[in-house]
Amino acid sequence: MSFLTIFFALLFYVATFSLVAGLAYRIRLYIKTPAPLKIPTTPAPVTRTGVALRLFREVVFFESLFKATLWTWLFGWMFHFGMFLVLLRHLRYFINPEWFWAPLVWPLVGLVQPFGLYAGFAMLAGLGGLLVRRFAVDRVRYISAPSDFIWLFWLMGIAASGLIMSFILHTDIVQLKEFTLGLMSLSPGELPVDLPLLIHLGLVAVLMALFPYSKLLHAVGIFFSPTRNQVDNPREKRHLAAWAAKYDDTRGSRDSAEGQ
Amino acid sequence: MAKVDFEIPKLKKYPEIPVVVEGTMAHSSPYVAAEKFQVQLDFPGGNGEFQEGWKEKAIEKMGELLGKYRSLQVFLDSCVKCGACTDKCHYFLGTGDPKNMPVARQDLFRAVYRRYFTFAGKYFPKLVGAVDLTEDVIKEWYSYFHQCSQCRRCSVYCPYGIDTAEISMAAREVLDHIGFGQKYCNEIIGKVYKIGNNLGLPERALADTLEGLEEDLEDETGIAVKVPLDVKGADILLVTPSADFFAEPHVDGLMGYAKVFHEAGVSWTVSSHASEAANFGMFIGSYENMQRVAIRIREAALDLGVKRIIFGECGHAWRVAYSFLNTLAGPWDFLDQNYPIPQHICEFTHNLIQDDKLTFDKSRNDDLVITFHDSCNVARASRMGDMPGGQFTIPRDILKAVCNNFHDMAPETIHEHTFCCGGGGGLLTDDLMEIRVKGMVPRAQALQDVVDEYGVTNLVAICAICKSQFAKVLPYYGMEMDMIMSLHQVLSNAIILTGQIVDDDDEAAEDAA
Ligand code: SF4
Ligand code: SF4
Repeated sequence: MSFLTIFFALLFYVATFSLVAGLAYRIRLYIKTPAPLKIPTTPAPVTRTGVALRLFREVVFFESLFKATLWTWLFGWMFHFGMFLVLLRHLRYFINPEWFWAPLVWPLVGLVQPFGLYAGFAMLAGLGGLLVRRFAVDRVRYISAPSDFIWLFWLMGIAASGLIMSFILHTDIVQLKEFTLGLMSLSPGELPVDLPLLIHLGLVAVLMALFPYSKLLHAVGIFFSPTRNQVDNPREKRHLAAWAAKYDDTRGSRDSAEGQ
Repeated sequence: MAKVDFEIPKLKKYPEIPVVVEGTMAHSSPYVAAEKFQVQLDFPGGNGEFQEGWKEKAIEKMGELLGKYRSLQVFLDSCVKCGACTDKCHYFLGTGDPKNMPVARQDLFRAVYRRYFTFAGKYFPKLVGAVDLTEDVIKEWYSYFHQCSQCRRCSVYCPYGIDTAEISMAAREVLDHIGFGQKYCNEIIGKVYKIGNNLGLPERALADTLEGLEEDLEDETGIAVKVPLDVKGADILLVTPSADFFAEPHVDGLMGYAKVFHEAGVSWTVSSHASEAANFGMFIGSYENMQRVAIRIREAALDLGVKRIIFGECGHAWRVAYSFLNTLAGPWDFLDQNYPIPQHICEFTHNLIQDDKLTFDKSRNDDLVITFHDSCNVARASRMGDMPGGQFTIPRDILKAVCNNFHDMAPETIHEHTFCCGGGGGLLTDDLMEIRVKGMVPRAQALQDVVDEYGVTNLVAICAICKSQFAKVLPYYGMEMDMIMSLHQVLSNAIILTGQIVDDDDEAAEDAA
């Protein structure tokens, strides 16, 4: 195996570990941390199903953002939906058509290919729009930290290097697939040595590694946001967190005699 | 209207998003609570001075809150600085101070959270905008977390539902624990502990006031409408903001409730022990104090042996009642389970109207053209009735049943999009007059529009704070202070009590004259 293959293989193992471990830690923290009070932003659904639908609309259509500002919604949605299609397209690198269950998904992966191809442009355009907004609108410029700009450039780098490979400097995807499938069975094949590919993979690996420790974490946060995931039923059902329940025994003993 | 040393904003024809001007409101800070008020709430004093070890204590408190409130942890982690909330806060719209943009307000707290509680902030503070906790940071917190009325408007538009109110509450809780409590809120909470209500109205005075109201009611209607106090065995305990006992226009609303109860033929009472619906414990983010205030209602209900609890017109009180009371002071297994616990006076009245139990002469309100202000805590933090959004339809249904002329303000300024009156969240104090006046800009603008377009004469609200704030601040915008009315005041004008002799001849004579 070449040095580059070993380097990138290790990089992806470390990045995957960091991603999974970091996410597991955060999710555990969110689950463990109680929400002592009912604080859904109302009007809120009064059933669990309603809440599931609210979250679905939020995650798939960015409902709240749509209410807020059309431009940010448009660019943000273009970018995320584009990325979603692109990710689906990449599934082909991680599924061996000879696996027994592969026929179940393979036609779908095939179907998404042409869309995924052009979705890369939507991604880039969306990111571009978000970047312009960050520079041009004084309010958004004011709240931006260096890391906010860096992430935009980073994602643009990933999208651009991917598009370059799709349209200009094609890489050997058969060999690449041997590398990726090999990665998954802990015996990576030789990685094609193409500059755009190495850049692409390098940027992706770092993004994966930092995902749980950065603002990218918002992808998880939405599911744990009490203003969005709580059912509006405080009168019907007593909601009590463990630490708050402890107060039940002592409450009221101090002022009950006064003021009567 | 007092003399002012700041520029009163001009209302424009169309709402405008102001240009960012840094530091515009940096001077705004409420009085710090003196030691004697702090200790009543189990907070350390300091009389505005930094005490030994304040920094460690503040960081420790932050850590504790992060472990107790998922909202805080998730909100601090999830913001992507998308900017969707930046033009949604009435305090930003009225001042142009960038630190009044919800995300920037959160960032005052988040920067410190990042520095002490996250990997990136510990090792790369500049990169992610993390800062050390210093005395200046605390002063900035004290200023800007008292320029947030916890109205939750920002949380409607944030793609992750980040509610800046939660951050403001946490920040105030930290400030309280290092001796920087706010005088207005903490002094008031102390009064509730000592006397039973925010205004410090003792039982004797309360009894006299209610008697006076009974006389007024009888003079007006010729019927003995009662306003009972501490009646054991009554069916309903009315918990209402203490402003309802004598402030204008609140008290007219209270007389309206009394008429409704009278017509419904139910037995009801006010309690001197729980003579306050408001719960400022929420404003300061203190679970302990919020519970200590709320528990008085449980004690009063048990003591008087009532079967139901009904809340009067008050926004944040209704949030605490609707969303938190079951948690704080439940379970309510000793009350009648056939009714919502607690119930809003509007729900009660609305049910009676639906069942045709009340008689109105709408024409008595024909001199009014009415619009309705959705109070933030009712709109975005609670509900009325069985359906989501009942908090919007029920009060409007009542208004339309009692008056002929009703017009809503612009759709982007009502319902869940409603703008705060500018005085909520513990800001209803004279030392915060400038931010109160400027924070009313978006609401005043929407109001001015319906005044110009439909000849609206009166603004109706169902919140004690809104009513006081409008009465005081509307004159700054050239509107009359008595433009603001209680919902049950409008009802009170139109209701005809059973057996009430209506002097139609007199009115006809007046009309002819
Ligand atoms: S809760 Fe209301 S006052 Fe506070 S930042 Fe959000 S919009 Fe502004
Ligand atoms: S809308 Fe939410 S995510 Fe966007 S900047 Fe505001 S708080 Fe952050």
